Amino acid sequence: MTGAALTVRMAPQELAEAVAQEVRSGRRFVALVATAADDGSTALQAVLASDRDLTVLACQLPPGVRSYPALTPLVAAAAWYEREIHDLFGLVPSGHRRLDPLVLPRSGEDLPRPGARRGPVSVELDVTGLPAHVVGQGVFTIPYGPVRSGVFEAVEYLVETVGEEIPHLRTRVYHKHRGIERRFQDLEPADAVLLAERVEGTATVAHALAFSQALEQLADISVPRPAALLRVAHAELERIATHLDSVIRHTEGAGQAVANARLHVHKERLMRLRARLCGHRFGRGVVVPGGVSGPPRLAPSEANGELGALQGALRADLHALMTTPSFLDRLRGTGAVPTQVATDHGAVGPVGRGSGLPGDVRADRPYGAYGHLGFEVATGHREGDALARQRVRLDEIGQALHLVRQALDELDETSDDEWRRPTPVVDGSVLSSVEAPQGELLYLVEVTEGRLTRVKPRTASFHNLAIFHEAFRGDIFTDFVFIEASFGLSMAGVSG
Amino acid sequence: MPWVLRGLRDGVVTTRYPRRPDGYGALFDGAITVLSPAPAVDRQTGGDPEIPAGLCPTGAIFVDDDSAQTVRVDRGRCILCGRCVEGRPDLFAFVPDTETAGLTRTALVVPPSPGTEEETRAVRSELARRVRGLRRSIHIRHVDGGSDGAEEAEISALTGPIYDIQRLGMFFTASPRHADILLVTGVGTAGMTEELRRTLEAMPDPKVLVAAGTDAVSGGLVGPTYASLGGIGALVPPDVYVPGSPPSPFSLLHGLLLALGLLPDDRRTR
Repeated sequence: MTGAALTVRMAPQELAEAVAQEVRSGRRFVALVATAADDGSTALQAVLASDRDLTVLACQLPPGVRSYPALTPLVAAAAWYEREIHDLFGLVPSGHRRLDPLVLPRSGEDLPRPGARRGPVSVELDVTGLPAHVVGQGVFTIPYGPVRSGVFEAVEYLVETVGEEIPHLRTRVYHKHRGIERRFQDLEPADAVLLAERVEGTATVAHALAFSQALEQLADISVPRPAALLRVAHAELERIATHLDSVIRHTEGAGQAVANARLHVHKERLMRLRARLCGHRFGRGVVVPGGVSGPPRLAPSEANGELGALQGALRADLHALMTTPSFLDRLRGTGAVPTQVATDHGAVGPVGRGSGLPGDVRADRPYGAYGHLGFEVATGHREGDALARQRVRLDEIGQALHLVRQALDELDETSDDEWRRPTPVVDGSVLSSVEAPQGELLYLVEVTEGRLTRVKPRTASFHNLAIFHEAFRGDIFTDFVFIEASFGLSMAGVSG
Repeated sequence: MPWVLRGLRDGVVTTRYPRRPDGYGALFDGAITVLSPAPAVDRQTGGDPEIPAGLCPTGAIFVDDDSAQTVRVDRGRCILCGRCVEGRPDLFAFVPDTETAGLTRTALVVPPSPGTEEETRAVRSELARRVRGLRRSIHIRHVDGGSDGAEEAEISALTGPIYDIQRLGMFFTASPRHADILLVTGVGTAGMTEELRRTLEAMPDPKVLVAAGTDAVSGGLVGPTYASLGGIGALVPPDVYVPGSPPSPFSLLHGLLLALGLLPDDRRTR
């Protein structure tokens, strides 16, 4: 069960060493989450994962205490989390060597401090202090973004180069910071699922699912079987669509015009099928706390028929693509993330699986109907390059289609007509996780006196983007598009 | 060689829109409408039409202050969650309409408030004068002003064979210097304020600003927050508003064609 995380409390001084101890013993660092309280204190929760469950190491910083021993020197994967916490809460992890602003370069002391009841109306941005230094003869920086060629989400890459190779890269993600975490606190729990759907648009269903599961865990209810099946169908259709987006970007970058056009058509057919199932092209409004909003609008057998046709067309085109040497040449060896780097960081999703890490929430900590449905995790790819990540995605598209068809088949046969159970809002704090298209998605949800006092979505995009720069080893400018597309991250999910 | 044949396999898949209506719009919930005649007023008591508080999480539903007490929906605030359809099916309904864009903020209100038509007509003629020189080669620059990422996916679909906006003489361009239309998504974050301003400044005149998506139009469910505005209108007034969360590719097409005055006459209602 995803919510049954064991919490161990300790003093702030002990946290870093305790987390490092867990990581040394083979656990994966998942997240570091801060929560502010009205009295000025701040809670810190470090989340760690074994193969099967989550553990939380927690400590409390009393009011007035603004510093704690940093985790980053011992556990490098915590680096971005501590920078984010520094931006939003003003806490200083002592010993963190690069505490540059990440999501909110600000001036002044009026901090968002998610979790506290009161927050600032506005925050003054100050980007003058952002690092952009380059060293060495003939080295210069090319700022790439946030306004750049093509239709992309806003992100800024600072490419430091001597001409063609990319020896170093910095990523600036603050442009899209919307203050989502605080926004959750303004909403009724029943409305907040709509906001969850908008944290990361290409993982709408995954977010709604993770958030709804959290409320269901607090209320200690399980969703009706048909609802669980329909959730799987929508979540997997979303995975196919988002993976296809990534493949489309690859074909665009490689100038594979026909493949690009055909995949565009297949993806549009998929989006239309999703809309016919629920009324929305991204599956918004389907997942609600307690189940789903209603039965599928399209007969499951009909949807399955269309899916079968789509599957045939996809298989043929993807096979042709993966046997086109001029395409494969652009991906092979490009943007390699060595297994050791991925392991040390605890990379998740297709990025981790492309580097040989088998983690997948659907298999490790099964939720909903996944425990009863047959599928295989895309293992067997260890090269860590763009091609390996592409192969992981293609495997997953196949498995996702298999899952959707199983779910629809069972929905077709069932006479059970219960889609939603009342979900009372129950106080408590809970962790919920699902496998989004981008990888492991975690929600920390805290309810006090019937109100959401803290909602922290920890996206796979945030976790994985921290090692994006590690993928540039001897790669050149023209490889950039493939490395970015093969990571397949959502900037909305990174910036928060 | 195999790709050449593969490319011919399905024949022409491109929509005929806007020359012909496209049936696809009827397959999903494109917009909310107020059922007419709206049983708005409780005639016996003359009191408020009962719109339960919290029926709309973004406050898109409002009731006219005058005696008629007409119930209206501001599609520019609507995120199409369907709460109102679920709660008051007698008053609200989904309609399969993808032609949802408007030239003014008030043009997004259904049923239209009195005076909307005159206001829109004035705006349309001013815009028409401005875009006259653009003719049949229009370059679009997209900028993300803090979207959730779904808008970008739908905009990308426009370049695929099904929507194929190139056939309409529209192209996405890399540089703002070449751009005629600025297509902005997202709530308008503090981190994109300066970038948006500079992009607009870099564009040659005449320029057209399109706010794509409910977030860009009004902030939707997300904005305003400490780090974002309630839509990009707070920065620069857009010329065209395209509601939707996210707007479907057909809605985006409608908005772009509306901006350029390229819609067939019978569909220039907004």
